[in-house]
Amino acid sequence: MWLFYHKLGSPKYFYSLAGKLIPWFGWLTLALIVAGLYGGLILAPSDYQQGESYRIIYLHVPAAWMSLFIYMVMATCGAIGLIWKMKMADVIASSSAPIGAAFTFLALVTGSLWGKPMWGTYWVWDARLTSELILLFLYLGFMGLQAAIDDKRSAANACAVLALVGVVNIPIIHYSVEWWNTLHQGTTVMRTDKKTMDTSMLIPLLTMAVAFKLYYATVLMMRARNEVLDRERDTSWVKELAAEA
Amino acid sequence: MNEFFHMGGYAFFVWMSYGISAVVLLANVITPVMRKKEILQTLKRKLRREQS
Repeated sequence: MWLFYHKLGSPKYFYSLAGKLIPWFGWLTLALIVAGLYGGLILAPSDYQQGESYRIIYLHVPAAWMSLFIYMVMATCGAIGLIWKMKMADVIASSSAPIGAAFTFLALVTGSLWGKPMWGTYWVWDARLTSELILLFLYLGFMGLQAAIDDKRSAANACAVLALVGVVNIPIIHYSVEWWNTLHQGTTVMRTDKKTMDTSMLIPLLTMAVAFKLYYATVLMMRARNEVLDRERDTSWVKELAAEA
Repeated sequence: MNEFFHMGGYAFFVWMSYGISAVVLLANVITPVMRKKEILQTLKRKLRREQS
């Protein structure tokens, strides 16, 4: 295990391992998205209150989950990079930010498109929506800070601190629907007291959630590989790769 | 089939959501592919300059 950990910390080893994994993850992601969409758009019945409009849920909820999950990955890797000076942790953190921002953007846009027919408005300054918007700004701030500092080491440190401070927003987003009386509805999936969602709707939703997780893993590896190439451009193995390209 | 695309009158909202998501998710795959090419090409040119 320790050997594996050390190997993974080596950029060259990571580069070749990720290169082998990307096609597998990519095809599996695609297969799950197709299955999830088939289940969600074709097999699942329409909602008794919201009609067909509820079908936005198959994008909205998984995207929102990912926006929180990726932030936690980013902040955790930031902390690891800060404490143990592990290069690969910095790479994972900085490569995660644009993907997290994309999912946050999607959660907001699909939510907005769902809000218009159901609530009668695209946007309302309610606790859930506002805290999710702040999450988007945290991601964008992280990316801006990253781009503004030339030295990779100090950029990673500054970004890690920003990410860790921003973690305070995560429980706020999660519990916002309970703490405040919001327009946004409470959770339907992660509850133990009673079943609120039919299996025919729940299965495609969970399939899409897994698909988005794998999508994140795939794109993360692609981005991290580029970051490794860029950081290691003066090493002999990258030069050999470039010469063959 | 027509009924499917109609989405019970919510076609605009449902298909806009799926359309925007598709564009954003695809863009996130294409960007790193192009970036990789760019990095390797830049490096290759640099190596050639150093050799000559």
